[in-house]
Amino acid sequence: MPQGDYIELHQKRNGYRLDHFERKRKREARQVHELSHKAQKSIGFKGKQFAKKRYAEKALMKKTINMHEESNKRRKTDDDVADGALPPYLLDRETTTRAKILSNTIKQKRKEKAGKWEVPLPKVRPVAEDEMFKVVRTGKRKTKQWKRMITKATFVGPGFTRKPPKYERFIRPSGLRFTKAHVTHPELKCTFNLEIIGIKKNPNGPMYTSLGVITKGTIIEVNVSELGLVTPAGKVVWGKYAQVTNNPENDGCINAVLLV
Amino acid sequence: MEAQEQKDMDSNSNIMCLLTDPEGTPLGPSMFLPHNAGPPQLQQLVNKLLNNEDKLPYSFYISDQELVLQLGEYLEKNKVSVEKVLKIVYQPQAIFRIRPVNRCSATIAGHTEAVLTVAFSPDGRQLASGSGDTTVRLWDLTTQTPMHTCTGHKNWVLCIAWSPDGKHLVSGSKSGEILSWDPQTGKQSGNPFIGHKKWITAISWEPVHLSSPCRRFATSSKDGDVRIWDISLRRCVIALTGHTLAVTCVKWGGDGMIYSGSQDCTIKVWETTQGKLVRELKGHGHWVNSLALSTEYVLRTGAFDHTGKQYSSPEEMKEVALERYNKMRGNAPERLVSGSDDFTMFLWEPAVSKHNKARLTGHQQLVNHVYFSPDGQWIASASFDKSVKLWNGTTGKFVAVFRGHVGPVYQISWSADSRLLLSGSKDSTLKVWDIQKQKLKQDLPGHEDEVFAVDWSPDGEKVASGGKDRVMKLWM
Repeated sequence: MPQGDYIELHQKRNGYRLDHFERKRKREARQVHELSHKAQKSIGFKGKQFAKKRYAEKALMKKTINMHEESNKRRKTDDDVADGALPPYLLDRETTTRAKILSNTIKQKRKEKAGKWEVPLPKVRPVAEDEMFKVVRTGKRKTKQWKRMITKATFVGPGFTRKPPKYERFIRPSGLRFTKAHVTHPELKCTFNLEIIGIKKNPNGPMYTSLGVITKGTIIEVNVSELGLVTPAGKVVWGKYAQVTNNPENDGCINAVLLV
Repeated sequence: MEAQEQKDMDSNSNIMCLLTDPEGTPLGPSMFLPHNAGPPQLQQLVNKLLNNEDKLPYSFYISDQELVLQLGEYLEKNKVSVEKVLKIVYQPQAIFRIRPVNRCSATIAGHTEAVLTVAFSPDGRQLASGSGDTTVRLWDLTTQTPMHTCTGHKNWVLCIAWSPDGKHLVSGSKSGEILSWDPQTGKQSGNPFIGHKKWITAISWEPVHLSSPCRRFATSSKDGDVRIWDISLRRCVIALTGHTLAVTCVKWGGDGMIYSGSQDCTIKVWETTQGKLVRELKGHGHWVNSLALSTEYVLRTGAFDHTGKQYSSPEEMKEVALERYNKMRGNAPERLVSGSDDFTMFLWEPAVSKHNKARLTGHQQLVNHVYFSPDGQWIASASFDKSVKLWNGTTGKFVAVFRGHVGPVYQISWSADSRLLLSGSKDSTLKVWDIQKQKLKQDLPGHEDEVFAVDWSPDGEKVASGGKDRVMKLWM
């Protein structure tokens, strides 16, 4: 049973003190002065803390006052013409993250041919081999040093079958394997969790591309079918390229920007 | 001996047939037809029986399936009992044929925002479009260039409508004002019509056979009102209030009734002299999105038909329009079909009863647009489930589904001969469907973004489409 509510209990039984409300009013009236006195007199760290707290309170109060004023102010109706015109039959419908249709497949193909990409991250830090791989020593005396373990995030396709472990030169740890990426559409400014289809290019070399290593700046192909992008011929776009913008091995997730 | 047998077979291979028109009235008594009679022979027969002076084309349907073979082959294929009377429905076909569109003839830039609506004039010689850049534009169809830019609206131009005599063009905007334009000069005629408090959703003109020259039109708005305006008095004649939510669609019927469909799930039928509510059609479980009348195409084109004839006086126009309307309607009442957010459609005969004639189910998403074919034989419906469905216009029975779009289908449009259907979709393509073969006839890619509006010109020469990519495309 709580012990601290004896005052309430007493008040409930016997009523308030006769001068209770007067005392309360006076205390409240005094409080402003006390606070002001405290604000003027307190120095050092305590003063700083106090000032900060008081500032926050005042800012909040100002905000609420402004909000109240806003609600009864007369404003001009917003008759300025908005962008993104819609026909009448779509006006009342909630447009759920409308993925914009961009006819960029032609562009994408052209770029693919040239092998050049205008990407959000044009320059990437080269990753040295000894950073990328860890040497795994094998053999009874641990003298053989031909096995390598990849220390970066990797993508391993769904149809991948391992070689016999004895002959496997590159080990891609399953803890660092990824199948999904958080892909941001730069024009829609929204992010989707999309499946990775494959690795298009790792800037550090074709070997890493074929191994499926994902480092910062890697171009990956993601499955965008749920975004509803459409080609000019009216077919659904399935795969699209995106560039990785974070260090997946540090963050534990892949963030990427869609290339449009 | 052999000859005898042959003769026997011939006499046996007759079948009792009864020819009826689409409404079910029989044409003459039932008769024996030889098995080798096919559609051409039946056509001759019908023309003879109806005493048609010039031979009209007909198509024949047995239990809602078109007859393409000879009768004997049909019987064998479908294992129809020879002992019953075979009911054959004949449907008159258009005597002209519209060539399917297959290429983009022009891409005209001009609008600086999405094109929201396009409309050909009733005679098919002029084209107007409304856009999100607050302008209405008139296009020159012969040179395929912009002709006039009509500025005056304060917000997106949501809908435009030509008067059935082609003398006026009115447009409604998102801020609720309605402007009228002179299509010849592209100048604004008179002051704006002000009265609606929210955006305009649809405009419909009074049919020319009821009054000529055209004066009145009805508009529906998001604020829940339908208003009738007079273009010469330049004011609101009647305000039809009664809907509790936004009115999404309004149609002025050929019998002088106004039909309005609303988001409050009802369709209301109004009388136009005093603005009284005549009927309330209930049945939908969600918003009513779109209405279509069986006579809508005739009402839209007025006196103009495929021959391209021009009329000098309004009286003459009225007469011809009335004749066309009566011919189209026949002796059956006007039918109304409504598409809704509850994924269904209803077929009504508002003049007869307040109960629906048929409920058309099958779509898996909301039905955005419904449209009767110009001869009233078919109903086409465009839905957000990426399909276009075709229904029988008299009974409301499901006929076919056209799949092929990969995005929601926004708008559809019929060719004037009812043999082709055009659909525009969010997936940035237009598709032309063949009604007879029930197949895709033509795929028309070219737009770079969603297609918001399509229209097939009444003379059948051209198709216009506009969309989010801000260009106007003409197809032929």
